[in-house]
Amino acid sequence: MQLQEIWGPLIGGGLVGLAAVVLLLWNGRIAGISGIVSGVLDRSPGDESIWRAFFLLGLLLGGVVLGLLYPAALQSTLARPLWTVVLAGLLVGFGARLGSGCTSGHGICGVGRLSPRGIVATMTFMLSGILTVAVVTRLLGGGV
Amino acid sequence: MKKTWLSALVSGALFGVGLGVAGMTRPEKIIAFLDITGDWDPSLLFVMGGALVVYFVAHRLLVVRERGVARPLLAPKFELPTRRDLDRSLLAGAFVFGVGWGLAGYCPGPAIVALTGGALNPFVFVASMIAGMIIYRVTILRASGS
Repeated sequence: MQLQEIWGPLIGGGLVGLAAVVLLLWNGRIAGISGIVSGVLDRSPGDESIWRAFFLLGLLLGGVVLGLLYPAALQSTLARPLWTVVLAGLLVGFGARLGSGCTSGHGICGVGRLSPRGIVATMTFMLSGILTVAVVTRLLGGGV
Repeated sequence: MKKTWLSALVSGALFGVGLGVAGMTRPEKIIAFLDITGDWDPSLLFVMGGALVVYFVAHRLLVVRERGVARPLLAPKFELPTRRDLDRSLLAGAFVFGVGWGLAGYCPGPAIVALTGGALNPFVFVASMIAGMIIYRVTILRASGS
């Protein structure tokens, strides 16, 4: 890994951390994206839905900014059949609700607050993600 | 427009730009990180490291410390998770989440940001993710009566 390949992840990660700090310090909330999506889906009463909708709008705004300044960030070369993407989405949505969070809420905010649940959840989805990639690439030849 | 809406918008936009700069909106980077038996790409470690250092320090200094801020700048109190127990739902949910994450290389945040790129996969993924959340609500939540 080249040195310049480290700066993007480090700076990008720092921005993600800063974004979560903004939501913590101003709104007093955890930047857990699956929880924010489901809060809007479940039509939480009044303001509870609205601030979450604004956060999601912000994510899209971030995407628009990337598209203008750094379009390569939005171009993926990963080929996956559509049914795999559907299955992946179903598992991610269901799993994030059952497990009370995802990579942002558990992986950054949970671990960052040294929450035992966040730390254990992060280790668990890292492990099952590693196992899944190993099975897909080694056993199934990456054709899934 | 309330100030809390604006701060949420700013937080979301920073989050989205950060994910893109970090390379996390490209699912092949996630797959390459999880592929420890192959041509391993450690990028995600640096992303998590960068995010965690910032969040850990800010949380310590501002929320945990006695002389930190007593309440959020725009809200009456911090609303943070307080549970510490490790139950079966947490472990099973995180495991299932990881399988989906490893299959397509998307987690919720990057997939939503990637919607703006106009490719098909992020739309299919986000729609399916929403379906998965609805399935959770109509099965597990209804069964538990809450």
